Amino acid sequence: MPGDPHSGATPLLQTVGLTKRYGDFLANDSIDIEIWPNAIHALLGENGAGKSTLVKTIYGLIQPSGGEMRWQGRKIVLSRPSEARALGIGMVFQHFSLFDNLTVAENVALGLDGKEQLKEVSARLEQVSSNYGLPLDPGREVWQLSVGERQRIEIVRALMQNPQFLILDEPTAVLTPQEADQLFIVLDRLKAEGRAILYISHKLEEVKRLCDTATILRGGRKVATCNPKQETAASLARMMVGSDIKEVRPAAGRATTIPRLVVNDLSLEPDEPHGVRLQHISLELKGGEILGIAGVAGNGQDELFAALSGERLAHDPGTIVIEGLAAGHLSITQRRKLGAAFVPEERLGHGTAPRMKLSENALLTGHAASGMVRHGFIDGAATLLTVDRATEAFDVRKAKRDPEAASLSGGNLQKFIVGREILRNPGVLVVSQPTWGVDAGAAAVIRQALLDLAAAGAAVLVTSQDLDELAEITDRIAVMFHGRLSEPMATADASREKLGLLMGGSSLGPTDSGQKETADAAGA
Amino acid sequence: MRLVLEKRTERSNTIALVSPLIAIGLTIVTMSIMFVILGKNPILALGVYFIDPLTDAYSLQEIAVKATPLVMIAIGLSFCYLANVWNIGAEGQFLVGAVAGSWLAVKTQGTDAGYWVMPAMLLLGAAAGALYALIPALCRVRFGASEILTSLMLVYVADLFLDYLVRGPWRDPKGFNFPTTAEFDPVATVPILIEGGRLHMGFVIMLIVVAAASVLLGRTIKGFEIRVVGAAPRAARFGGFNAKQLVVLTFAASGALAGLAGIIEVAGPVGHLQPGISPGYGFTAIIVAFLGRLNPIGILVAGFFLALTFIGGEQAQIAMKIPLDVTKVFQGILLFYVLASDSMITYRFRLIVPPRKVSRGAA
Repeated sequence: MPGDPHSGATPLLQTVGLTKRYGDFLANDSIDIEIWPNAIHALLGENGAGKSTLVKTIYGLIQPSGGEMRWQGRKIVLSRPSEARALGIGMVFQHFSLFDNLTVAENVALGLDGKEQLKEVSARLEQVSSNYGLPLDPGREVWQLSVGERQRIEIVRALMQNPQFLILDEPTAVLTPQEADQLFIVLDRLKAEGRAILYISHKLEEVKRLCDTATILRGGRKVATCNPKQETAASLARMMVGSDIKEVRPAAGRATTIPRLVVNDLSLEPDEPHGVRLQHISLELKGGEILGIAGVAGNGQDELFAALSGERLAHDPGTIVIEGLAAGHLSITQRRKLGAAFVPEERLGHGTAPRMKLSENALLTGHAASGMVRHGFIDGAATLLTVDRATEAFDVRKAKRDPEAASLSGGNLQKFIVGREILRNPGVLVVSQPTWGVDAGAAAVIRQALLDLAAAGAAVLVTSQDLDELAEITDRIAVMFHGRLSEPMATADASREKLGLLMGGSSLGPTDSGQKETADAAGA
Repeated sequence: MRLVLEKRTERSNTIALVSPLIAIGLTIVTMSIMFVILGKNPILALGVYFIDPLTDAYSLQEIAVKATPLVMIAIGLSFCYLANVWNIGAEGQFLVGAVAGSWLAVKTQGTDAGYWVMPAMLLLGAAAGALYALIPALCRVRFGASEILTSLMLVYVADLFLDYLVRGPWRDPKGFNFPTTAEFDPVATVPILIEGGRLHMGFVIMLIVVAAASVLLGRTIKGFEIRVVGAAPRAARFGGFNAKQLVVLTFAASGALAGLAGIIEVAGPVGHLQPGISPGYGFTAIIVAFLGRLNPIGILVAGFFLALTFIGGEQAQIAMKIPLDVTKVFQGILLFYVLASDSMITYRFRLIVPPRKVSRGAA
C-alpha cells in the first residue's frame, strides 16, 4: 500500500503552528502534530478543546488562519475535502451522513468522488467489506440497519478510497462493547497495513489499549504528546482538564422509599416510519433510587422517553404511574405538575429552542409549575432568576447573563438544562444521555447532581450508552433491545460481558424463546 | 477565491435591524434601473414616488388611511408566520369580513336602527374572517392539506362571492346598474376623526391592535407559545405546547383581523360594498409583515412605507405616466430583497482567499 519506507525521516502528515481563528477566539492555537504511518494516534481533549477544528482543517473542510500542513514533507493547501481525499486522507465522522431510504451501495456511491457505475461500486464494496471483516449487504436500505452497521458503511466508504491516513471521530460512542472490540481488530489491521490512523475519543481506557501516541488538546492548544500506554487514565484526564476531576461520590446508605414511577406493560406503536415499537415494558422505580437503561442507540430509548414524558400519549392511562397517579393519558405539562421532570438527549432543538435566550428556555419547561406565569403574563424576573440560580448551582459558563441557548458549549448547556429541571425539586426525573458529548468536568457535575437528587428522595431514570457512567451512578441496570426492556439487575452484578450480550440481543427474556430470531438477526 | 455563507454563532441583532433598510436600498437601486429602461428620469420618478406624497396634508392622511388595513392584516399574519403557519389568504378573509359586515348594513338600510349597527358590523366582519380562515386551518390539522394552497385558493372564492352579491341580490336599485350596494346609512359608517378629513376611527382601532399585539407577543405565555412553536417545534412540544391547536388559533386570529380590516374599509373610506374594495391589501400585508420583522412596531412602520408606495404609484401614474403595475413590481422586488437580506441575520458572507496556490503535493 503506502510504499514509503519512512525510516523515521519525514512524517506522513505534519502540521506546523496550525492556527484557526474565529474573530477573537482561537479555536486552534499554533498546533504542531506529527502523524506517522503504521501507528494509531489518539487525539484527546474536552469538548471545545479544538479537536474537531483540527481534524476538519486536516480534512480540508476548514481553512486555517495560520501555520501550514505538510504531506510527506511537502507543504499542502487543501481548499476542499476532495483534495484531501485525493492525497489519501479519509475521514469517518461522528454523525453519520447517510440517507435512510437509500441502499448501502447507493449511499456509498453518493460519497465517492469518481464516476463509477452502481454495479461496480457494489462489487468493490462487497470486496472491501469482506476483506476487512466488516460484513455489509450492499442492497439493504439503511433504515433497516443497526447503528453499528451504519458506522461500518462510513468506514467502508472511507476505505474504498484506499486512504493512507484515516481519521475517526469518536467511533465507539455508539457501539456495544463487543462491536467496539471488533472495530479495534479492524483498526489494528489497518495499522499493520502501514496506514496511519488519527483516533478521536473521550474514552481513556480505550485510548490506552489501542493507541501508540496521544496528543492532548486543551483550550485550543496542544498541552502534551505522550505514549498513552505509559500513562494512567487519571493522568490523561488531568492533562485534558488541567486539574483533577472531582470524583463523583454517592451518598452512603441511600434509603429507598415508595415507588414514584411505575410502568406497567407499556406497548406503543411507532409514530414514524422507521421508529421502534415498544413492547411490554414494565419497571418500578422507588424514591431514592437510580435505575439505568443501557442499550445501543435506536433500540427504543427515544420512544420510551417520549412515552414517559407525555410527548406521546399511551392508550391506557394505567400503563404509566407517576407518584401513584395513572398518568399515561396526561400531557407533559400535567406530568410536570405531578412533580416529574425530563431531560431529553438532544440539547438543541429538543431540550431547548436554540435561538431563544436562556430565560425563555427556562420558561419552556418552567411555565407549568414554577410561578413564572401569572394570569397568562410572563414574570420576566422569575425566568431570569432561574437562569441565575442554575448558573450558580451548576457553574454554567456563558458570555453574558442571558445569551441564546445555541451560543453555549455542549457541556454548559447541558448543565443549564439539568439545573433547570433539578431546581424545580422533581420527585421523578427521567434523563436521557445526561453526559453525551459533554466534557469531563461538566459530566462529573451532572452525575453528582443526579446522585444528590436521588439522595434527597427522588426517583431517577437514566438512559445512557455509556456503561461506565451507568456503573458509576446507578443502583440497578436494565437493557433495551428492539423495543423491549430486560429485567433490571443490581449494578454490582452487571458485568460488561453480561450487558454487552443483552445489548446485542442475546438471552433477552430467558422464558421467551420467540425472540430468538430477532436476536440472531442482529447478532453482533 | 470563493464566497461562502457561514452560520453565525448568535443572531446578529444589528443586521436584524438594518436588514429592511438594506432591502429598501437595493429595491430603490433596482427600481432606478427599471425607470431608466422605461425611459423615465429615475431621480424625478423616485421623487414623485417617495417624496411628493409626504409634502401635502391630503396625501399624508391618505397614507394613514391606506396603512390602516395593511397594518391590521399584517399583525394577524405575523402571528401565523411566527408560528410557522402560512396564511396566504388574508385577502379572502378581508373580503369575507367586508361582505359579512355589509350584510347588516344592507339589511338595516333605511330602518331606524340605532348606533349599535356599526359596532355589530365590525364584530360580524371579524367573526366571518375568523371562520373563513378556519377552513384552511382545519384542513391542515385534520387532513394535512397545505394551508398555503387552500388559503390562497379561498381568496378567489371570496372575490367571486362578493362579485355575485353586488351584481345580484344586494345591488343598489338606484345605482344605474353599477355593481355596488347603496351608500351605507350614517349609523353603519365608521366615523371620521377630523371633520372634512379622511382619517377615520379604524386608524385608532389599528393602533390599539398594534399595542395589544406588542403585549401579547412580548409579555404573555401565549405569545411565547407562538414564537417557540415556530422557532423550535420539537422543543415546543417538549414544553407542552400543542402545535395543531396553535395552527387553528393563529389562523382564526389573523382571519379575524383581516375581516375586521375589511369591514372597516367598506364602512369607512369606501362607504359601500363593491368589487375592487382592496388593491391587494391582503397580499401586500405579507410584505408588510416581513418588512416589519414580524414585530408589531416594525409592522406599523412598514405599513406606512408600503402605503406610501400605493399613493406614490398613483401620483407617478398621473404625473409621469408610469404604469400603476410598477407599484406591484416594486412591492414584489421589495419582498424578495427583504427575505434575501434576512439570511444575513443568521449567516454571514465570507471571502475565502487561499494563501498561495502553489505546490499541492505533486508526486
